[in-house]
Amino acid sequence: MKLLRQTGYLLRKEILLEWRSKYAFNGVLLYIVSTVFVCYIAFNLTPGFTKSQGYPVVWNVLFWIIILFASVNAIAKSFLQESRSRLLYYYTIASPHAIILSKTVYNALLMGLLSTLALIVYILFFTNNVGDALWYFLVVLSGSVTFSTVFTMVSAIAAKAGNNGTLMAILSFPVIIPVIMLLVKISKSAMDGVERSLTYGNFGVLGAINVIVIAVSLILFPFLWRD
Amino acid sequence: MKFIYQSWWKILGVVLVMYTLVAGFMLTVPRLPILHETIRNVYFHVPMWMAMFLVFGVSVFYSVRYLATGKEEYDLIAIESVNTGIIFYILGLLSGMLWARYTWGQYWSNDPKQNSAAIAFLLYCAYLVLRNAIDEEQKRARISAIYNIFAFPIMLVLLFILPRLTDSLHPGNGGNPAFGKYDMTNEMRAVLYPAFIGWMLIALWIATLRYRIRLIENKNNSL
Repeated sequence: MKLLRQTGYLLRKEILLEWRSKYAFNGVLLYIVSTVFVCYIAFNLTPGFTKSQGYPVVWNVLFWIIILFASVNAIAKSFLQESRSRLLYYYTIASPHAIILSKTVYNALLMGLLSTLALIVYILFFTNNVGDALWYFLVVLSGSVTFSTVFTMVSAIAAKAGNNGTLMAILSFPVIIPVIMLLVKISKSAMDGVERSLTYGNFGVLGAINVIVIAVSLILFPFLWRD
Repeated sequence: MKFIYQSWWKILGVVLVMYTLVAGFMLTVPRLPILHETIRNVYFHVPMWMAMFLVFGVSVFYSVRYLATGKEEYDLIAIESVNTGIIFYILGLLSGMLWARYTWGQYWSNDPKQNSAAIAFLLYCAYLVLRNAIDEEQKRARISAIYNIFAFPIMLVLLFILPRLTDSLHPGNGGNPAFGKYDMTNEMRAVLYPAFIGWMLIALWIATLRYRIRLIENKNNSL
């Protein structure tokens, strides 16, 4: 109970800080919009691209790659903005579990919102027929939650190790590749309008990856945290 | 730690590996379509992975102990075990690729098992890069221990769970038979299981040698 209350307070603090500056949100949103626009221009240099045969495959994969890089950029900041003295202050008032949980939940909320907006912008530029739009949206949401859980833990490690972007990418990509493979597979079947019950198993694997990563970060963050 | 200075298990490891080298090529194997004599690769390919799992497991065990106690030697065991495990990882990949060339047609055929193995390899390369990124010794030991514990379950998921969910050509995945099923004779088991133990002991020996060299280096460098 105490853990939940602390997590709630820290989460409210994160949201309040973000609401005041809107730095991460606006920054990543601009990143997504400009990436989508660059892709739009670059792909349309080839005439007849949208009519070509591989278009639906490229549409799906490109969206996930944009979301992947956007979430690396968004979440790499989550431990960067904390100064040393502020971390010390947290140490005196809250448990490490509350801190990692609040960061994870906050990142999941942020990424959920951002990827919804990204999907809207993406569909605006790249028109495509999505067979099962609601299911596709659900896949996008669960994908952004999975990205958040994985990247939050990895960014905590990278922040301790000098906090450079290279390390963040090196450490997180091997973990995220299977997630991306699953997501591309499920979202492709949602796009093709495949029967929903056929993708339950893959959703289960995604949920299992989330549970493993959250459990491991809850166990390990207390060790990572103290200096 | 007396165990690593004893010699009976090192002799046992050498004897078992010598035995599998001879028996693996001399004993008869069942004649199966496509596989033919390449089935003997199971004596050399699978033990590499068993040895790798053993030393990576040792590494995780000592990473946990490092976090609990903070003794520097435990960190040295963890890193040298991973270094040894990486060598066996590469040997496992290479022997698998060589076999795949003659049975599946290509060295790398975009098979889920091969891809997963490559991703898990990157995971452990990232561990080595992470270690080089941090200068301060205690901090490096702690953070790399954390990452090591984080990476091990993900490696198991990659190598054992994900390939089983999809269609893989690899034996034991996607409904294909593996050892323990009906295509393995008792004669083959008599070579395979000693090979597991032999290569695991050899891997352990290499890791302990590297650890002991590191200990001596540490002693020389300390003031």
